[in-house]
Amino acid sequence: MNAIQTLNLTKYYGKARGIIDLTLTVKEGEFFGFIGPNGAGKSTTIRTLLGLITPGSGSAQILGMDIRKDREKILSKIGYLPSEAIFYSGTKVREILKLSADLHKKDCTEEGAVLCDRLQLNLSRKVSELSFGNRKKVAIVCALQHNPELLILDEPTSGLDPLMQREFFSILKERNNSGTTIFLSSHILSEIQHNCTRAAIIREGRMIACDSVDALSKTNAKRVTIHGNVQLHESDMLRNMEELNGAVSFLYSGDIKPLLKILSEQDITDLIISEPDLEEIFMHYYES
Amino acid sequence: MVMTLIKHELRQGWKSLMIWTISIGFFVAICVFMYPEMGNEMEGVNDMFSSMGSFTAAFGMDRLNFGTLIGFYAIECGNILGIGGAFFAALLGISALAKEEKERTAEFLLTHPISRVRIITEKLAAVMLQILIMNIVIFILSIASIAAIGEEILWNELCLLHLSYFFVQIELSGICFGISAHLKHGGLGIGLGIAIVMYFLNIVANISESAEFLKYITPFGYAEGADILDKISLDIGKLMLGMAFTVIGIALAYWKYTRKDIQ
Repeated sequence: MNAIQTLNLTKYYGKARGIIDLTLTVKEGEFFGFIGPNGAGKSTTIRTLLGLITPGSGSAQILGMDIRKDREKILSKIGYLPSEAIFYSGTKVREILKLSADLHKKDCTEEGAVLCDRLQLNLSRKVSELSFGNRKKVAIVCALQHNPELLILDEPTSGLDPLMQREFFSILKERNNSGTTIFLSSHILSEIQHNCTRAAIIREGRMIACDSVDALSKTNAKRVTIHGNVQLHESDMLRNMEELNGAVSFLYSGDIKPLLKILSEQDITDLIISEPDLEEIFMHYYES
Repeated sequence: MVMTLIKHELRQGWKSLMIWTISIGFFVAICVFMYPEMGNEMEGVNDMFSSMGSFTAAFGMDRLNFGTLIGFYAIECGNILGIGGAFFAALLGISALAKEEKERTAEFLLTHPISRVRIITEKLAAVMLQILIMNIVIFILSIASIAAIGEEILWNELCLLHLSYFFVQIELSGICFGISAHLKHGGLGIGLGIAIVMYFLNIVANISESAEFLKYITPFGYAEGADILDKISLDIGKLMLGMAFTVIGIALAYWKYTRKDIQ
């Protein structure tokens, strides 16, 4: 069974584009990345899946259930972490966690306490007095404490300090290892690259690529960095040339032999050939 | 666990409920306590008012006797409870659904496994419950202060007066609740505006005979102290029409909110 399955999902806000013909499959147990810049349609996709907005056309299923017909049942199996965590003013962290658990009709005291401890969250503080990052932690506990089958995370790390980010991702890894499907929407590519097994790239409302993170990173291109005195010219095979600290760096796509032949005739002190990172792939998708 | 949202709404709203209830209750009690002093001079006041023409008609004072406690109560306390209660009910109704989007907590609430129908129902119940609590407390305060000044308690008249204002509040909150479902940025101004306009429509209807039909539009039409004390009953026709408006408002809330896009 698929955790998420959308078919030609389309949503316009009046005439403004939300998403167009989005067809996406996330299998159960996957750690799936959803990449795109601000305004590409990531949040629209998520809000449609959660039933906050109704799709214009197309359909979607979550854990085998229709998002329009079985909204409540689906939501009971989902943990959602919004990009901006906002709660009722005047309430304490403890009350918010209790309200969330009550709405799930579950007693989550134990799991909630463990998570608060790991994230160093004080239960007695008022949510309105918390910093952005600490409010985010409240949202994280709300999303996780009822042990959902599917986690939907919308730019989860904004506001969290690096130590908290590490703790957060280690919690996610544990959950993923015990079978939870994770759908991570982000514009921070290193996050996706380090954690996800598969990813989709969305641009102006349309999905432009969907593959394993390894495959996405492995377009034929290599990142080549040369130290020394070299004379090279940009061409179709040789792109994005830049000079940095006496080194020349460029993306090379094509057969590697001719490159080595050219390089062997030049004055080189050092040479690095590496996989381009996702950032570069991403730029490649967006520039073309 | 069954009524999670009602509990939550009451917890969120109890401070405001307390302030409104105490304020209105306090002013009603003050008015009652002022009566023994004023009662002696009321003969003169009655004469004075009878010479003021349409001003007295505006508040139904041409048909009420200031010289009796119940007549005095229907005008003074009626206005306080009428306006105060109407404001409170309108604010409750208009903010019930819209506040979630205005304060951006809608995303939190609506991503939990609770159906929208359930959300509407529990929020509506919380609104009605708060109005009920306020009216019961004010009624008790009022009866207690009448007993305190040693006046006879006319149960029928008092119950009917208070009941009519309770229905006014139910109607206003129901209509505002329906509007609330359509709003995105809150609408306290709209709520207050509706309450004020309804109040003035009744005054206009009292002054001009050709505007009599307005009494069928505004809920204050069936909460006219002079009519109630005159007949010792509520105008069932106007009341039923008012409750029909209430039902339409609530139905509109269900219709809209179950298909609304939450941004």
